[in-house]
Amino acid sequence: MFAQHLPVLPIILPLMAAPLCILLGRSHLAWLLATLVSALSFVISVDVLLTTLEQGVLSYAIGGWQPPWGIEIRIDTASAMILSAVTGISTLVLVYAKESIAKEVDPSQHTLFYTAHLLCLTGLSGILSTGDAFNLFVFLEISSLATYTLVSLGSDKRCLTAAFRYLVMGTIGATFILIGVGMLYMKTGTLNMIDLADRIAEFNGNRTLKTGLAFILVGVSIKLALFPLHMWLPPAYTHAPSAVSAFLASTATKVAVYVMVRFIFTIYGAEFVFHTMSMDILLLALAIVAIFKCSFMATVQSNVKTVLAYSSVAQIGYMILGISLVSSVGLMAGLLHIFNHALMKGALFMAVGAVLLRTGSVDIKAFQGLGKQMPLTMAAFTIAGLSIIGVPLTAGFVSKWYLVTAALEQQQWVIAMLVLLGSLLAIIYIGRILEAAYFKEPSELTAGKDIKEAPMLMLVPMWVLVIANIYFGIDTSLTLSAADTAAQLLTQSMTEIEAAQ
Amino acid sequence: MNIWSTLDPAQLINLTIVVPLIGAAFIALFSQQPNLREGVSIITAVVLFTLVLAVTDNTFSKLSMETTWVALFPGLEIAYSVEPLGVLFALVASFLWIITTIYSIGYMRGHNEENQTRFFFCFALSISTVMAICFSANLLTLFIFYELLTLSTYPLVTHAGTKEAKHGGRVYLGVLLSTSIVLFLLAILGTWVSAGTLNFTPGGVFTQAHSDSLVALLLVLFCYGIGKAALMPFHRWLPAAMVAPTPASSLLHAVAVVKAGVFSILKVVIYIFGIDNLSDIATTDVMLYIGTATVLLSSCVAMTKDSLKARLAYSTVSQLSYIVVGALLASSVAAAGASLHIATHAVGKITLFFCAGAIMVAAHKKNISEMVGLGRKMPITMIAFAIAALSIIGLPPMAGTWSKWYLMVGAVEADKMIIVVVLTISSLLNVAYLLPIPIKAFFNTPSGDQPAWSWSETKEAPLPSLIAIVVTTTACLWLFFYPQPLIDLINLIPDVSTELKGRP
Repeated sequence: MFAQHLPVLPIILPLMAAPLCILLGRSHLAWLLATLVSALSFVISVDVLLTTLEQGVLSYAIGGWQPPWGIEIRIDTASAMILSAVTGISTLVLVYAKESIAKEVDPSQHTLFYTAHLLCLTGLSGILSTGDAFNLFVFLEISSLATYTLVSLGSDKRCLTAAFRYLVMGTIGATFILIGVGMLYMKTGTLNMIDLADRIAEFNGNRTLKTGLAFILVGVSIKLALFPLHMWLPPAYTHAPSAVSAFLASTATKVAVYVMVRFIFTIYGAEFVFHTMSMDILLLALAIVAIFKCSFMATVQSNVKTVLAYSSVAQIGYMILGISLVSSVGLMAGLLHIFNHALMKGALFMAVGAVLLRTGSVDIKAFQGLGKQMPLTMAAFTIAGLSIIGVPLTAGFVSKWYLVTAALEQQQWVIAMLVLLGSLLAIIYIGRILEAAYFKEPSELTAGKDIKEAPMLMLVPMWVLVIANIYFGIDTSLTLSAADTAAQLLTQSMTEIEAAQ
Repeated sequence: MNIWSTLDPAQLINLTIVVPLIGAAFIALFSQQPNLREGVSIITAVVLFTLVLAVTDNTFSKLSMETTWVALFPGLEIAYSVEPLGVLFALVASFLWIITTIYSIGYMRGHNEENQTRFFFCFALSISTVMAICFSANLLTLFIFYELLTLSTYPLVTHAGTKEAKHGGRVYLGVLLSTSIVLFLLAILGTWVSAGTLNFTPGGVFTQAHSDSLVALLLVLFCYGIGKAALMPFHRWLPAAMVAPTPASSLLHAVAVVKAGVFSILKVVIYIFGIDNLSDIATTDVMLYIGTATVLLSSCVAMTKDSLKARLAYSTVSQLSYIVVGALLASSVAAAGASLHIATHAVGKITLFFCAGAIMVAAHKKNISEMVGLGRKMPITMIAFAIAALSIIGLPPMAGTWSKWYLMVGAVEADKMIIVVVLTISSLLNVAYLLPIPIKAFFNTPSGDQPAWSWSETKEAPLPSLIAIVVTTTACLWLFFYPQPLIDLINLIPDVSTELKGRP
């Protein structure tokens, strides 16, 4: 009886808890509630993931209205896998946030922070669960609006301009998506994804649908910060409170990548997008430029949060590259990297947040000498950094392995080489920070200060993610089977077409 | 000599990897009691050596030893399986670890180095990864521990913490990580995608079905991707690594790390490409000549270096390319010579590095120009230096004779006279840059303002270091008279033989 409602709970629980946080009024009560709700959502998501691995797609009709008339919650392995990552990271970030926002966010706004965080989580869970194109837009806006609020909560005044910039770009993106979805509805008369897929196939090559695709792809590309539409991201991640950066970097853009996968593979069909519209070449080119341009930008920044932000844009390039290879292995590599990158970037931003708490700065100079003063934090940073580089026995190696395999399977040696060359830039931008931490004497920013190790409530979530990085780098059975099942399901139509040809 | 015969053979492999790790844990535990800590180091090294001896024993009795740890990807595991070439490398590395530990005790204390616990800890870690490299059953396992070896030796390179050490460390890490990530990993993935397996298979994994250009490309990627083999122009990390304390230079940058590189190349040539197929690959000759060029060029560079360790480093670069050349000659005898060179060069070069360290501790001299007349102050060290130098040159009655002999025979068998000529010239160059050092130390008297030493002020390095030097020097001589066990082991490697083909 209860079990059948499980798929909808990761959306409903945070949505209900969000206003409660304000009503509770007290910061630590709100923290406790938000963390518990998020943890509960995580447990449910993992359960849903395991169910989808066994039984396939889960469908739930909201309010009992049957699809395609009502709104359908439709969770397949791809959604469940990312949902688990999102709710898991959210829980860890909330545990971490208590100490982190104490210094970075004005005390009167603490309950607001938890409310906005939960609303953002609602939106993200909604995007991942819904089977309805318009509903997806609504959830995207819920999460985006909450995100603008979260970014603007920072104590640094510059976070306001960053949030405003993000708001403008994000709204343009949302509008584009809305126009695209509108065109879809105009032509097909339905908003249910499965229904849409069927009807789009009938209208093969219709100009309105093609225009709709263009609008949607541009809109989603803004949301996922695909080069050259990424300019809003570095300032937003730099000036947002650390807990927010950690959460957004590892979830929000990834969910936008998921939206792109959903529109390309489920709604329009890979055949239409990649063969009729030749979007693969465009995405491939942009992905490669993103990897190199933004990795390079990351190597020359002095603010460590900006380094990580540019690194995020570059890593999104890897995900898009995987998608643009138009193969089941490529898509699998992209999905794997969504999951694995969440683990590494979350840990990295948490470590930086801990440094900000203790030294009051995130300039690379503040990191000098921290190897001795904050050994646990810097060890976490080191391991997560190695994972970004793609050193064996970390999660990053697994996704890179599959990405290169996917490229080589199509005889794309140059692309394979470029992917690996991108790792070299990661060595440089992570290496600079590690060198400062372990080999340089404390700079004038921190000299003479007594810097302690980060508090336990920050270290624990950080290290959970670090251990997850190593665990999923060694025992890959769960992530691989999930990503493989998800990719098979999504590319089913594609392989059928290929088989027919 | 198999004191571990009651153990399951598969457990032996696990133990060779785990024992150094346990040792490392105890070293960290006893950081405050130096005597106990060094005791642990030596005991661990000795236990490891007996384990490797047991593995050797099993190899001779044709016992198959395999174990799997974890499946990283479907169809691809972190797995180990013992084969003779790996046993040879493991024997060399584990034996020399004992000697180096003894030497380090004298050196590190005589030199008052800081962070000695970190030094011995990282040392044990890197030996553990070397053992895993020796026994890896597939390229993925080899690659993982190849990378871990780079990372675990990095703290040793930067041990001094000076600006120079940091710069050396940066070059070391930069070159080794970039070549391995961009080229080695690409080669491995290329092999995986095209051949569908990464297991080391006697005779190679490629068939006629694979396109020639693909296999040719992969060979180049492997040769350069395995940057630890220091093929020019990716050799810069080796001289840069010389900023490490001398015991680390001697074991790691004359034996373990560099030999892990050439070992990987031999392993790839024998078990991925197959020696018999090598002559059909278009790029074999290209890489062969790059190897010979490295032999000659780095010998020439070595001559210009006044710093003793830098000269030895370039000599190592040159000697490593002997092994690469031997591997690429597509001759079973040359491959045997290359495998034997892993052992003979190891004992010779480690002695030379030990001597360099001893001179640094006892006489505080780094540069060759300051060592004139030093033979009077440190006669034992200098005699050892002379013997090891003769072994590197390849003169009887030293160990180096045999490996050079087989390399030459292999070159003749492969009908590449130019290689024979190059090897001869290289020997002459070795004479030119190594022998003057002991000769001047004994027969010349320093001129100008340098102090002159007399026989009355004999002051050798601390006793443990001296013992180590004597042991490795003896090994240089010993392996000339009794090379048979090693040659028997090498003859067990598939497709590799010290016998010329066509003879029984």
